[in-house]
Amino acid sequence: MNIKLRNNTFKQLLWIGMAGISMFFAGLTSAVIVRSAERGWDTFVLPEYFWYSTVVIIFSSILLVLSKRKVKRGVSPTPYIFSTLILGLFFAYFQFKGWGQLILEGRYFVGPGSNPASSFLYVLTFAHLIHVLGGIISLIVVTIKSSQKKYTKEDHLGIELISIYWHFLDVLWVYLFIFLLFSLK
Amino acid sequence: MSDHHNETFISKYIFSLDHKMIAKQFLITGMFMGVVGMLMSILFRLQLSNPGESFAILEWFLGDKWAPGGVLDPNMYLALVTMHGTILIFWVLTAGLTGTFANFLIPLQIGARDMASGFINMLSYWFFFAATVVLLISLFVETGPASAGWTIYPPLSALPQAIPGSGLGQDLWLISMTLFIVSSLLGGLNYIVTILNLRTKGMSMSRLPLTMWALLIVAILGVLSFPVLLSASLLLIFDRSFGTSFYLSDIVIGGEALHHTGGSPILFEHLFWFLGHPEVYIILLPALGIVSEIISVNSRKPIFGYKAMVISLIAIAFLSFIVWGHHMFITGMDPFLGSVFTFTTLLIAIPSAVKVFNYLATLWRASIRFTPAMLFAIGFVSTFITGGLTGLILGDSALDINVHDTYFVVGHFHIVMGLSAIYGMFAGVYHWFPKMYGRMMNKKLGYFHFWVTFISAYGVFFPMHFLGLAGLPRRYYTNSAFPMFDGLSDINEIITFFAILGGVVQLLFIFNFFYSIFKGTKATENPWRSNTLEWTTPIERIHGNWPGKIPSVHRWAYDYSKPGSDKDFIPQTEPLKEGETEH
Repeated sequence: MNIKLRNNTFKQLLWIGMAGISMFFAGLTSAVIVRSAERGWDTFVLPEYFWYSTVVIIFSSILLVLSKRKVKRGVSPTPYIFSTLILGLFFAYFQFKGWGQLILEGRYFVGPGSNPASSFLYVLTFAHLIHVLGGIISLIVVTIKSSQKKYTKEDHLGIELISIYWHFLDVLWVYLFIFLLFSLK
Repeated sequence: MSDHHNETFISKYIFSLDHKMIAKQFLITGMFMGVVGMLMSILFRLQLSNPGESFAILEWFLGDKWAPGGVLDPNMYLALVTMHGTILIFWVLTAGLTGTFANFLIPLQIGARDMASGFINMLSYWFFFAATVVLLISLFVETGPASAGWTIYPPLSALPQAIPGSGLGQDLWLISMTLFIVSSLLGGLNYIVTILNLRTKGMSMSRLPLTMWALLIVAILGVLSFPVLLSASLLLIFDRSFGTSFYLSDIVIGGEALHHTGGSPILFEHLFWFLGHPEVYIILLPALGIVSEIISVNSRKPIFGYKAMVISLIAIAFLSFIVWGHHMFITGMDPFLGSVFTFTTLLIAIPSAVKVFNYLATLWRASIRFTPAMLFAIGFVSTFITGGLTGLILGDSALDINVHDTYFVVGHFHIVMGLSAIYGMFAGVYHWFPKMYGRMMNKKLGYFHFWVTFISAYGVFFPMHFLGLAGLPRRYYTNSAFPMFDGLSDINEIITFFAILGGVVQLLFIFNFFYSIFKGTKATENPWRSNTLEWTTPIERIHGNWPGKIPSVHRWAYDYSKPGSDKDFIPQTEPLKEGETEH
């Protein structure tokens, strides 16, 4: 299989996979819309940590754009990819802090302090974080490969794939964040 | 260059990366599960035709616990119905049908050495296998397998304490289905990228055989709809195991009020049917593709309206996403919304009718070869029409309400979806068996298999419409408590007779299948004198498919009986003659 065909094949695999993930979240968010229209739907303000994680993931995406530009110019993209990885970890940290804040406010996933609104919030953010963990693992692999100079100007499929996936996670989070902001208002 | 290489027993037959072997793995697993699912239906049919009567066979299969004294236990009745539906819909007609023919045909018909990723392909089968094992284990747990129906509606499926089948059996069902969804997604991803990227030189999209179009669209449907079932199942698991209230509210069991508040079981139905309806077409479209191919080959005529066939496939797939509400007309749905779903549902009749008319136009005045595959393909056209017509009644909210949840629905979906798809699968097996195993299946046994199956299948499902119109509800263990249904017991006995007859004759097919693998007449390279690329591969099935260069394609797949040609078929590999126009 030549490089162009291989790249197209893997990119398509990723895009179609992301379409499937999008449908998964579309199912969950449409469930929120149906459920929130009925009685007993709690309203509250999103934890401030989720604002931080939003900023962090947007910034991490920008770094990946820069890393792609660097590799295309033949410059090592490792510092940028590594920084994205660190920001990815910060994103995960802020998500955990956000859940901690919810618990302090007495909003639980399950049990007497729970409400379908808070349960949905946990499910959506947790499901997203699971996908982010997949991205973080991929970033670790790409960082290692990049530091070993395995990516060239002409052939840097790994960076392209993680860029597409990470931007997708970024857009998905921004969508979920705005959606939750309005659904829980 | 061929990718043929020395393989060990394990790499060739167990963890094979070869799409042809993976297809056979899907087929044989699907056939095994088909026998299990069919046996279940015969067991519960005995109860429906002879309620409360003792049958030694029930006790023999189900043991003293679930059939004490040979009488089927009501809980096991629900479990058998649930597992029959689950197995036939997902294991046989989704994985068994698509898994077999997508894996087998895609590389062969587009001219590729293998799937885009042999590894993902292998994973797809082994996730399916793991799902199968978990589902089979659930048959042997103390509280019995899942019993909430294949649609697993809450609250029955969400409360482990509701009935015996809501316990561990339901957990295993959910685990098994999760593995199944992973398998489907991995397979679907592979099918799509393979068809889009690995077509041989000259194989433009407009030259793709209709089987390829059908399998491509099915894969897209699966990738877009199965994740929604996953999200529905995830919330169900949380309700079952963690105590959330997504689907549950205000429930009292055994005098005890449960803590769940604010959940909605209707929410589950919306999510479930968003997959559930496309699933109908995930089952049906591969059969439509297979039948298109077989009808054209055996009519010795080009398929009538190739472009219309492709467009109608796409239209059916698109519409399948916006009709799910027709399964929920009696859930208190706003009548206006109901009329919207009625409209979108009835729209599906248009592309479906296009396909039927095109099949009939292809058959019209053709020199038909009545091979067993062709008989099953024509049988498909028959059931697609009969089942489709009753779909018009069920798709209309005003009419549906009268027969909702009766045997009319059971008769409808078994004919239009179950029989059509299984006929497509049988047709495919008879047609491509020579390419799969290098031998022919016995024709006479094939004819016998077709006619007995065809008669007994209609014998089972046609009378069900009358039961439904008389108001007989589905899912009930027995209706003997209602004198108004006493007059229907004779019909139920006839149905059970045909169910047993239809079941027994499938054993003949299985015998024919396995006997022919070893003892069948040796096949020639292209026994049906077909145009598509798979018939240019050597009889010895090699990894990599073609020993030398992959052949190029110069024409579409349906040049049968073309004027000016000295033979009645022109393979896709044959260049256009000077002055010859492409169809």
